[in-house]
Amino acid sequence: MCIVFVARCSSAHLPEQRRDYPPKQADCNLRVPLTIKSIEYNRQSVVKISLKNIYKVFGDDSEQALRMARACKSKAEIYASTGCTIGVDNASFDIMAGETFVIMGLSGSGKSTLLRLLNRLIESTAGAVEIDGRDITKMSKRELIELRRRDMSMVFQSFALLPNRDVLGNAAFGLEIAGVGEAQRTAKALAALDAVGLKPYAKSRPDELSGGMKQRVGLARALAGEPTILLMDEAFSALDPLIRTEMQDELMRLQAEKSRTIIFVSHDLDEAMRIGDRICIMQHGKVVQVGTPDEIVSKPANDYVRSFFRNVDVSQVFKAGDIARKTQLTIIDRQGASVAATLEQMEQSGRDVAIVVGRDKKFHGMISQDALIEKVKTKAVEPSRNAFLQDVAPIPAGEPLSNVLSRVAESRWPVPVVDEHGRYVGSISKSALLETLDRTG
Amino acid sequence: MDFSFSVGHGADVTVNYILDNFTPALDAIATAIGFVTDNIQGTLTGIPPTAGIAILTMLSLWRVGWKFAGFTLLALALVDHMGLWQGTMETLSLVLSATIIAMVFGIPAGIAMARSDKVASLFRPVLDLMQTMPAFVYLIPAAMFFGLGAVPGTIATVIFSMPPVVRLTNLGIRQVHPEFVEAGLAFGCTPSQLLFKVQLPNAMPSIMAGVNQTIMLSLSMVVIASMIGAGGLGNSVLTGIQRLDVGAGFEGGLAVVILAVVLDRITQSCGKGSSGFLSFLAFRNGKGRPQSTSSDGAPTDDEQRSVAA
Repeated sequence: MCIVFVARCSSAHLPEQRRDYPPKQADCNLRVPLTIKSIEYNRQSVVKISLKNIYKVFGDDSEQALRMARACKSKAEIYASTGCTIGVDNASFDIMAGETFVIMGLSGSGKSTLLRLLNRLIESTAGAVEIDGRDITKMSKRELIELRRRDMSMVFQSFALLPNRDVLGNAAFGLEIAGVGEAQRTAKALAALDAVGLKPYAKSRPDELSGGMKQRVGLARALAGEPTILLMDEAFSALDPLIRTEMQDELMRLQAEKSRTIIFVSHDLDEAMRIGDRICIMQHGKVVQVGTPDEIVSKPANDYVRSFFRNVDVSQVFKAGDIARKTQLTIIDRQGASVAATLEQMEQSGRDVAIVVGRDKKFHGMISQDALIEKVKTKAVEPSRNAFLQDVAPIPAGEPLSNVLSRVAESRWPVPVVDEHGRYVGSISKSALLETLDRTG
Repeated sequence: MDFSFSVGHGADVTVNYILDNFTPALDAIATAIGFVTDNIQGTLTGIPPTAGIAILTMLSLWRVGWKFAGFTLLALALVDHMGLWQGTMETLSLVLSATIIAMVFGIPAGIAMARSDKVASLFRPVLDLMQTMPAFVYLIPAAMFFGLGAVPGTIATVIFSMPPVVRLTNLGIRQVHPEFVEAGLAFGCTPSQLLFKVQLPNAMPSIMAGVNQTIMLSLSMVVIASMIGAGGLGNSVLTGIQRLDVGAGFEGGLAVVILAVVLDRITQSCGKGSSGFLSFLAFRNGKGRPQSTSSDGAPTDDEQRSVAA
């Protein structure tokens, strides 16, 4: 099941013109399918952050530029006539509590701007950002400071550790700002440093640490105040690839221990695929697509999205369960089912092989016509169970595609896939596998 | 229409108007500044030469190194030998009081400039005026307002030497890495928390360079200030010029140079912030060795000097 939201780039959504609905200029309506896998999100389906028709215009004549943006003029047209740059163009989506939401795009696509609109380091030009149902764009300065201290923190690309403080002082910075007493903030900061494995370095200075360690301090500083929202701006982009992967794992581990809502800005699709529950792809300030990693790869909204994963190893992104299809004949395993009856069934549907499943859909085995004919020749009348192909073992649905490539390639038959309860999910044929690899390659 | 006015006459009228109407205010300023200079001068001249030389040598040893400490010891002994110790201490007290007053007004002014472009564009021409207007021009009204002595000398020195600390405070705060400011704001800093916990500590090398330049410029005012009775080494130089006594003038000048070198090296080490007392105060949050942030956008020494000049 999937839920499809449609965001319209149309003035029809503006309160003062709501009566005009449905919109007259349907030409510029931008359909943004936001698909949420209900299975994955049923335990965390509370909306944490909700963006509603957010615009950000950089420049002096923002009113005129905003009118043009709402009339669906392009970024270049708006710049030519007003000198204003559109940073974010009508972004609307929801971020669920506890999910890791990755905002992706090329540089200049507005992803960092969008992130900063969430804690108002940059003020939006129009629209609403609701956090836990409260519109932060209407908050007073004092309320905003309260929100930043209590609910959110941020991790920066170049770490932004204060050089005049030691590691502990940096980790305790947010707590110190919030007015937490010295003893308590030291304890909390030490606990946060411990969580990222840097407790022994509490007295070191930031410039004595390596890049990865610096960002661990950045992470500890962000976690020390126990925020519900973590904003990460290209947090791992400045690190070398090995350390980057290590930090991604670290983040995932911390997220598994205690779930927060993470909004992660990245330009690296591999990173987005690795850590993101859902990915939002931006182009020229517009949200082009929002979806789970495999949705983005399997149903890219346009060529821009497709261009991202031209170099991505799809066999890492997809799991066996994602491409397994129930195209094979399935035969219910019943007591006393004769070989002849089974053979008859297979001949009628013109299949060489069939999957035998139990009444509870559990995978029992795989049979081939040849083997069954052999049985008939020897006049055996035992249940068809004895004709199971010996070398066919099912693949777990969660197995990455890269791990099953050789299995599928070497097997004569399509390879069956089962879920964690042993139930038959489908099978992967060679042609299906090649098609998947080819589609995105 | 006959259009004529005299700028000079306008200035004349203004000075007279101030003299006629603001005497109590001028007296209050004179008393306040006099209090600062008298106390500093009283303390410094009260120290016996040997003790003074020992203190400055120890300071050089702690802040700069043993080679420079050796130079300080010999150079100051030479100053004492020339019989100019008293004058040197008077000059030092003039420099210190001018620097303290310049910092008290200059650092907040620099902060105000950094926080508002309007204030910055308002202050910039005033600073240009303070630096480029020949000192003799405001020396006369200063003497008219505050009489002769150390007070008008200090005021004239402050006017000339304050711009670098204002400019470099402004520059230092503006050059604090934007991500530091973003980090401060993202964690919920109020504007004053941002200033004191993020901006000022990171602008400290630049501010200290400004203080160093202020000290150097106030030393260059020594001779001029002595014309209105500020005393100190300027007197020896002035007497040398008046009597065409090249030797006396040279001795006074040499003592100014020695004082300048010693002060420059000691204050510069604070700006570099390897372990200095001033930077120790500024960095005490960090509880340890403050570090250079030159890689994070603080201007290099050369840049700072060119800004100050």
